[in-house]
Amino acid sequence: MSTTPTHPAQPTASGGTRLDPWFGAYAERAHGMRASEIRALFAVANRPEVVSLAGGMPYLEGLPLDVIADAMQKLVATRGAVALQYGSGQGDESLREKIVDVVRLEGIDCHPDDVVVTTGSQQALDLVTRIFVDPGDVVVAEAPSYVGALGVFRSYQADIVHVPLDEHGLVPEALEETLTRLAAEGKRVKLLYTVPNFHNPAGVTLSAERRPRILEIAQRFGVLVIEDNPYGLLGFDGDPLPALRSLDDQGVLYLGSFSKTFAPGYRVGWVVAPHAVREKLVLASESAILCPSNASQLAIATYLDTCDWQGQIKSFRELYRERRDAMIGALSEHLPSASWNVPNGGFYTWVKLPDGLDARSMLPRAVTARVAYVPGTAFYADGTGTDHVRLSYCFPTPERIREGVRRFAGVVSAERELVDLFGTSGAPDPDPTDVENPGPNLA
Amino acid sequence: MGTAAESQTVTEDVVESALVEGSTARDADRTGDGRPPVEHVVILAGGLSHERDVSLRSGRRVADALRGVGIETSVHDVDASLLPFLTQAKPDVVWPLLHGASGEDGSVRDVLELLSLEYVGTGPRASRAAWNKPIAKNVILGAGLATPDYVTLPQSLFRELGARPVLDAIVERLGLPLVVKPTRGGSALGVTLVRRAEDLPRAMVDCFSYGDIALIERAVEGTELAVSVVDGADGLQALPAVEIVTEGTYDYDARYNPGRTRYYTPARLDPEVAARVAEVAIRAHEALGLRDLSRSDLIVDATGEPQFLEVNVAPGMTETSLFPQAALASGRDLGDLYRTIVTRSAHRRSTSG
Repeated sequence: MSTTPTHPAQPTASGGTRLDPWFGAYAERAHGMRASEIRALFAVANRPEVVSLAGGMPYLEGLPLDVIADAMQKLVATRGAVALQYGSGQGDESLREKIVDVVRLEGIDCHPDDVVVTTGSQQALDLVTRIFVDPGDVVVAEAPSYVGALGVFRSYQADIVHVPLDEHGLVPEALEETLTRLAAEGKRVKLLYTVPNFHNPAGVTLSAERRPRILEIAQRFGVLVIEDNPYGLLGFDGDPLPALRSLDDQGVLYLGSFSKTFAPGYRVGWVVAPHAVREKLVLASESAILCPSNASQLAIATYLDTCDWQGQIKSFRELYRERRDAMIGALSEHLPSASWNVPNGGFYTWVKLPDGLDARSMLPRAVTARVAYVPGTAFYADGTGTDHVRLSYCFPTPERIREGVRRFAGVVSAERELVDLFGTSGAPDPDPTDVENPGPNLA
Repeated sequence: MGTAAESQTVTEDVVESALVEGSTARDADRTGDGRPPVEHVVILAGGLSHERDVSLRSGRRVADALRGVGIETSVHDVDASLLPFLTQAKPDVVWPLLHGASGEDGSVRDVLELLSLEYVGTGPRASRAAWNKPIAKNVILGAGLATPDYVTLPQSLFRELGARPVLDAIVERLGLPLVVKPTRGGSALGVTLVRRAEDLPRAMVDCFSYGDIALIERAVEGTELAVSVVDGADGLQALPAVEIVTEGTYDYDARYNPGRTRYYTPARLDPEVAARVAEVAIRAHEALGLRDLSRSDLIVDATGEPQFLEVNVAPGMTETSLFPQAALASGRDLGDLYRTIVTRSAHRRSTSG
């Protein structure tokens, strides 16, 4: 049997081979999709020897796996012929009914018809961008923004413009100023992308006071708001704030997910959309995937029916609060030279490094020290963010978190010494081409 | 240097006589050269080095090729379950396809020797020398071959003497452009081409993030080549040189994302230069006491002289790697070539005494 490739690398016009016979055939948008050095370093992060403060993996050992196993077995035994069949493009109706109950917890009053089930909210992001964004259209996103959303916007060749956030979330004045400037430049702004609750990566929450103001500004400039809310029910104190969608049912597309409150392995998320947009989303989803997984949807519907899912979320909150405390305590103890926010929910702390340190160039040292984090640059479309890192506390135990932070502090101090020695404290020029493609490691 | 002592170059007659004794008709059919066929290979891939990802990809490619020629092949990571696995599986031969750290510095090979397992490639001591770039360059100089002028400096020295005067002296002595790289490691990780003196401090920081000792060498302008060497029935053979033409530097991105780099195999060289290049790669392989296979990275300078940069005892075997490209260009089938390599290695002890 021959092991010679079926398509040997073809000579290119200017001679030589490029090892990819289709190099000349890729769409323009595919050229930005590259395997980076950082991505390669993450291959080590998944090893047990490494304390990974990088990924956003929920702690699934906190689930009653035996109860879920029974429910899944029953599902296939009794409704297997439906669960394993194709389903509806919009998503299973019984699940959509339950999603209506879930979003009511954040003040959203909607109908199962308004809901489109997607393959994780990542697919919802893809569909929304697909139906609204032409190449060159502007998407306004918080600085920083979820890396997976930036990847989608980039793949549709959107022009991503960042607007700063502070400890109370997206800054309305800055948003207004940016939209005014973009309008004056004649730019077409299509979407405002925001994670209002327990932001990924910044950990902050948009204040109740700012919510109507953000909506008013978006409405005035004719910009559709994408409210991406995977963490809303994972707050540590008090009730969730009202969702943006609960304040405006025409100008907001609400994205929800079972990935963080239940399990990402099912890949089930959803969009709540105004009717006309919902129609387009269903058509776009059918052309992309025909229908979301019926097995996953019925599994989740079964879980919601038969398990105490609200009690489960409560116990997740306690678990993540304890881990947040471990993280913040360890940072205070080991890394007083840095600064960070104390998140009231969700999975992430956003750490500002001591002046002059570059989160990217520090990563190899961290891997050697057996600790992993995500450099801040992953969360910006313009190459900035070298001075921040995202640390997640969702997956490791409190003890491992403390050990990870201790290792991380050692890395910071070694890098500090090096930077002082060579006087390279000026951060390098941002390189907008230096971008990360999201992978499950960065979710 | 003491590294050549480890070289166990097997002469052809020894191999041949051993083969005749141990062969059966069935074996001869399978391997074509009379040695009993290799039935089970364990590839080591992964590890905790910065090049884990590259190693996993190399491991999968080689495993596919070996399975394609009917050899049972397992791929195993380097972790606590490895030694129990090896002891139990008793493979005919182990192929360490680990890049970086313990995979190339000889330590894993030391352990394989402790277990009396046959393995593909260079022994531990020679690996240790080859993997350390300045030591390898020293051996190369000793063998009368050319390598760019260089200095090797640990981070601690900069701390003792202050960075500025040392960097000034380097630029004064070696000139610009310079290449800064960690003394150990591959895939161009931590490597910077420095054209302006003011960019040198940043390059040092990036390098020291990967390791404590930096090699700073004069950058040679010229034709960039990778020359693979395999030890076969006809002795050491250099495969066709692969010429690398990159837009920008041949960095991690250029190495593992097909497209930015053009490869010319064989390299566009005058026949006498091509012969010289092959000779240099073989002499480097011998001088460093390497075994079975290696890949030397060379630059042919303006005078046509090949300058040795570094050698890899575990060359990358990914879909974009240089060794398999050279093998294909020489008309070899990868499955056949890898079978020859594992067969040779499996019978090393019986053939070399």
